[in-house]
Amino acid sequence: MDLSRLDEIRAKAEAGKRLDRADGRWLLTEAPLVEVGALAQEARFRAIPARQVTFVIDSNPNYTNVCITDCQFCAFYRKPGDPEAWTLTVEQVLEKIEFAASKGATTVLLQGGHNPELPLEYYLTIVRESRRRFPSVTPHFFTASEIQTMAEVSGLAMPEVLARLREAGQDTLPGGGAEVLSERVRKRIEPKKGGPRAWLDVHREAHRQGFRSTATMMYGHVEEPDDIVDHWDAIRELQDEHGGFTAFVPWSFKPGNTLLEKWIKTYKGPSTYLRMLAASRLYLDNFAHIQASWFSEGKRAGQVALHWGADDFGGTLFEENVHAAADYVNKTTVDEIITLIRDAGFTPVQRTTEYEILREY
Amino acid sequence: MPTVTSPRARFHDPRLDPLWDKVRGGERLTREDGLLLFDTDDLHGLGRMADHVKRARHGDQVFFVLNRYVNPTNVCVLSCSFCDFARKPGETGAFENSIEDVLEMIKPGTREAHIVGGHHPDWPFEYFERMIAAIHAARPETQIKAFTAAEVDYWWRRWKIEPRESLTRLKAAGLQSMPGGGAEIFSKRLAKLLHYTGKADADRWLEIHGIAHELGIHTNATMLYGHVETLEERVDHLLRLREQQDRSGGFLTFIPLSYQVGTTKLVPRQTPPTDDLRTIAASRLLLDNFPHVEAYWVMIGEETASLALHFGASDVNGTLEDEKIAHMALAESPAGLAREQILRMIRDAGKIAVERDALYNVVKVWT
Repeated sequence: MDLSRLDEIRAKAEAGKRLDRADGRWLLTEAPLVEVGALAQEARFRAIPARQVTFVIDSNPNYTNVCITDCQFCAFYRKPGDPEAWTLTVEQVLEKIEFAASKGATTVLLQGGHNPELPLEYYLTIVRESRRRFPSVTPHFFTASEIQTMAEVSGLAMPEVLARLREAGQDTLPGGGAEVLSERVRKRIEPKKGGPRAWLDVHREAHRQGFRSTATMMYGHVEEPDDIVDHWDAIRELQDEHGGFTAFVPWSFKPGNTLLEKWIKTYKGPSTYLRMLAASRLYLDNFAHIQASWFSEGKRAGQVALHWGADDFGGTLFEENVHAAADYVNKTTVDEIITLIRDAGFTPVQRTTEYEILREY
Repeated sequence: MPTVTSPRARFHDPRLDPLWDKVRGGERLTREDGLLLFDTDDLHGLGRMADHVKRARHGDQVFFVLNRYVNPTNVCVLSCSFCDFARKPGETGAFENSIEDVLEMIKPGTREAHIVGGHHPDWPFEYFERMIAAIHAARPETQIKAFTAAEVDYWWRRWKIEPRESLTRLKAAGLQSMPGGGAEIFSKRLAKLLHYTGKADADRWLEIHGIAHELGIHTNATMLYGHVETLEERVDHLLRLREQQDRSGGFLTFIPLSYQVGTTKLVPRQTPPTDDLRTIAASRLLLDNFPHVEAYWVMIGEETASLALHFGASDVNGTLEDEKIAHMALAESPAGLAREQILRMIRDAGKIAVERDALYNVVKVWT
């Protein structure tokens, strides 16, 4: 094993020099896990010197499970007309937001399927009314592919859709739907979705208009290390343009009840997760925050992840349906999140959607 | 032994630098070094050193066994404060299995039967002797790993049968090895505080393992941590095991047992996974004469067990069908894992899974 590379990568990271693709591949495939973690923690404390870990009080409701995109990794969607298909009215969605607000949530991450029956006004009303009725909640609504759907349904250009959402009161976008930003992966698991280009176009335009957003990655299906590096390159370049990403959030694909389950039986475990977080912290040198999750890989793996480059612990997720559809369920409370962060050796800090600090515990 | 290249290390905690020199030089760590291992916040440094030692011994291999967990009874005269398993005779939830029941539990083809139970006041030693003989006759392919030193000591307390005699007779009946339970934490203070003065103390526990080793019976060792013990008490426990191993040499593996809060609630919650990783790494480094340190997934969970394979652990125990002691203390792990899940736990960490028997003979390398 060529471990002199470790020193090269450390020297680059310390000098603020960018890692190249070969470095990225090595971190993903060969570097000893403990060493990747040690390097990532050094980088994490250079970026965020305080020994604190942030979290957000949030909820992840959905407005529809109707979707025409048939992604093979998704257990949540139903085709239009399916007996299990459902779409909420604007009032029903607002009730979900009200519930979240009543529990102290400052963020509601609202997303749904690609439902061609819903007019643009539906989305705009939800944003407007959410802002008006629940000013304490930041509407963190609609991923890139939903924005694309709105553009198709309304006949407006995507930038115009974003402008109208912004006018209605929206300032941030969730980063879901990126999966792995690689054409090869798209063809294999989500041929009907816009793919890397479309996701990046929406986020680029959103950042240009002053939105902030997150970048996500769902790994552990058909991707190769090169696809991961493609993904990193794409979001790192975009971040150089406008600096609009608040955080990077990776999680593992959960195969339960999906079309891919036939080939992929289990999700990647904690070693892969820690490696992904730590390598991302090192490669994505222009991202301030790397989010680990108590939710997606288990609470105890999430705690360890705070030592592998992550400085954020995600949200409370009072409601979550997408992983649950894949038979993956995990629940917590604000008190438990605070305890988990403390036990892992950090000071818990509540943040906003845009990573501003609200309260230190 | 595979050649080992270790990275040029930089320790976040510079106090670990001299320890790293010792570890690489094969020099024994002192009590003071051990205290430092439990004091440092350099989790990666601990992992680096422990992984170095683990790799030098076993390369990328990680061992597991297809085993069955058998508790003849949970009836126990003791009232250890940390235990959710024991019941008084006649109490709700108490169980007493016949030899036929026990045979029923051990399916044909089981590689290892792990048999431990409470200190039953009415069961004579001969009952256990007959049980082992019956299992051995009915399941000759099954290796019998049975009875903690605490149980062996209890036969002396209750029936005045010397450990040398009971172990000799059990060996003749078919006993192959002994589990490492009942050690808890070697501490007079804690024995008093947690009401386990009525069972084998440190000296006696070690003496019985020494006798077993003399008789050619390999054994395991454990430590129950994550409750109200001090870090000094952990280090001293490990050092006593190391001394005993120097004397008698028959320990196969060390298994740190993370205290399950259950309903006994000595502390509000289970110790965090970072403490499990630290304890496994420190054990690997201090117990330089133990072949293996184990990541016991039943108590630390599958995720942490898998991660522990980067922190010095070279064994994940086994499938452990029908585990009861941790699960009666509300452990969140499943009661028994399929071989596929064990393989996944090992492979996700990038390691090579090696199926073994109770004595660590290789059964199959799963490539």
